[in-house]
Amino acid sequence: MRADTDLVPTPSQTVGPYFRIELTTQEHCVKCVPGPQAKGERMWITFRVLDGNRAPVNDAMLEIWQADANGKYKHPDDLQPKQLDPGWIGFGRIATGEDGSCVLETIRPGPVGNGAPQAPHLTVAVFARGLLKQLYTRVYFAGEAANDKDPVLQLIPPERRDTLLARPDPARPGYWLFDVILQGDRETVFFDV
Amino acid sequence: MDSEVSTRVSVKGYIRLPKGSQPPSLYEPYRATIKRAPLKPLIILPHTLSEITGPIFGHEKVREKDNDLTSQHAGEPIGERIIVHGRVLDSNGRPIPNALIEIWQANSAGRYRHIKEQHPAPLDPNFSGAGRTLTDERGAYRFITIKPGSYPWLNHYNAWRPEHIHFSVFGMAFLTRLVTQMYFPGDPLFTYDPIFQSIPDEKARQRLISKFDLENTQPDWARAYKFDIVLRGPEATPFES
Ligand SMILES: [Fe+3]
Repeated sequence: MRADTDLVPTPSQTVGPYFRIELTTQEHCVKCVPGPQAKGERMWITFRVLDGNRAPVNDAMLEIWQADANGKYKHPDDLQPKQLDPGWIGFGRIATGEDGSCVLETIRPGPVGNGAPQAPHLTVAVFARGLLKQLYTRVYFAGEAANDKDPVLQLIPPERRDTLLARPDPARPGYWLFDVILQGDRETVFFDV
Repeated sequence: MDSEVSTRVSVKGYIRLPKGSQPPSLYEPYRATIKRAPLKPLIILPHTLSEITGPIFGHEKVREKDNDLTSQHAGEPIGERIIVHGRVLDSNGRPIPNALIEIWQANSAGRYRHIKEQHPAPLDPNFSGAGRTLTDERGAYRFITIKPGSYPWLNHYNAWRPEHIHFSVFGMAFLTRLVTQMYFPGDPLFTYDPIFQSIPDEKARQRLISKFDLENTQPDWARAYKFDIVLRGPEATPFES
């Protein structure tokens, strides 16, 4: 077989306005990240996606990837000596509604790593018309003691770190709020991965 | 810095994307980027377990005929039947087996079956325009569909998209996740399309254009187009931290 090496990766192109006909149909969206049986503190996160004018982005898609309550990913490259929660999924995919928001059901993940662990977090990829490539961000949880030592949060200028903190919804127990602000003063931190 | 971020388990890093191979966030000719592109610098993230793992998703939802978009209704859709096939490889040239590919597209008249679609072209009762498949052990995939029509959009005066099929690919890691568009060779609209033109590197841009494939064209039935997809590959040597 011919060995092609150093191939240029295929460029990203926007998901456009019509992705719902495949990616987030009722059958193909995933609103419950852990699966129904997973162990852990069950929570619901209300995401809101806003543009540079603070207008709701009603045609965004969010994908979420996270570890289980022990901080274990469902993936062969996760070599941590931990048991994966049986039935664990760890992936979510959901489209925003007219008000730019969507609600995702999950559990609070455990810390990842067994040396200097990362604080509990979700990894999020944001897709939308007007985004030529997806944006990566993370959701951490306000009040979590491990945040102070999290190695990724330490890379971020202190004044911007709280853009990555989900906060409890004062109106509804078990619900958390997380705004994805694409642009502007309070712009969410996005990562170059 | 890597050692601070990585855990003690063995972590493979992934190759960073070559400069110019990907579109910028802000590309003013594509007007929707103007209020949606982040303007603060992205934070460079050393790869941790959270990025090098990723969903192996959707396999139980792929049915046998899901890769044939011409067979989802009682009748045949209108338009030019085509075969779209290729391989999913990583940038080291290794095939990526068992990867989920999802596609969606306009019908032959340039109309999407979508609630917000405004283009006054006819819907085709025999065409939904969505399909999915998994790559085989060689990384190969194949769809049967209809050549999509061009459609107008509101980006600028007299703006028309080149004919394209939207592709979504899951690789091995969350950071290799790719959503892109496949184009057809020789489209006269490339020059005028800011979405296509947003890729700075010419060689990378050419990756988005499928090739007419006579060898796999089926006589008296369908023309074939070949579209290989290259995802980022792992760094040559796994590092221990
Ligand atoms: Fe399109």
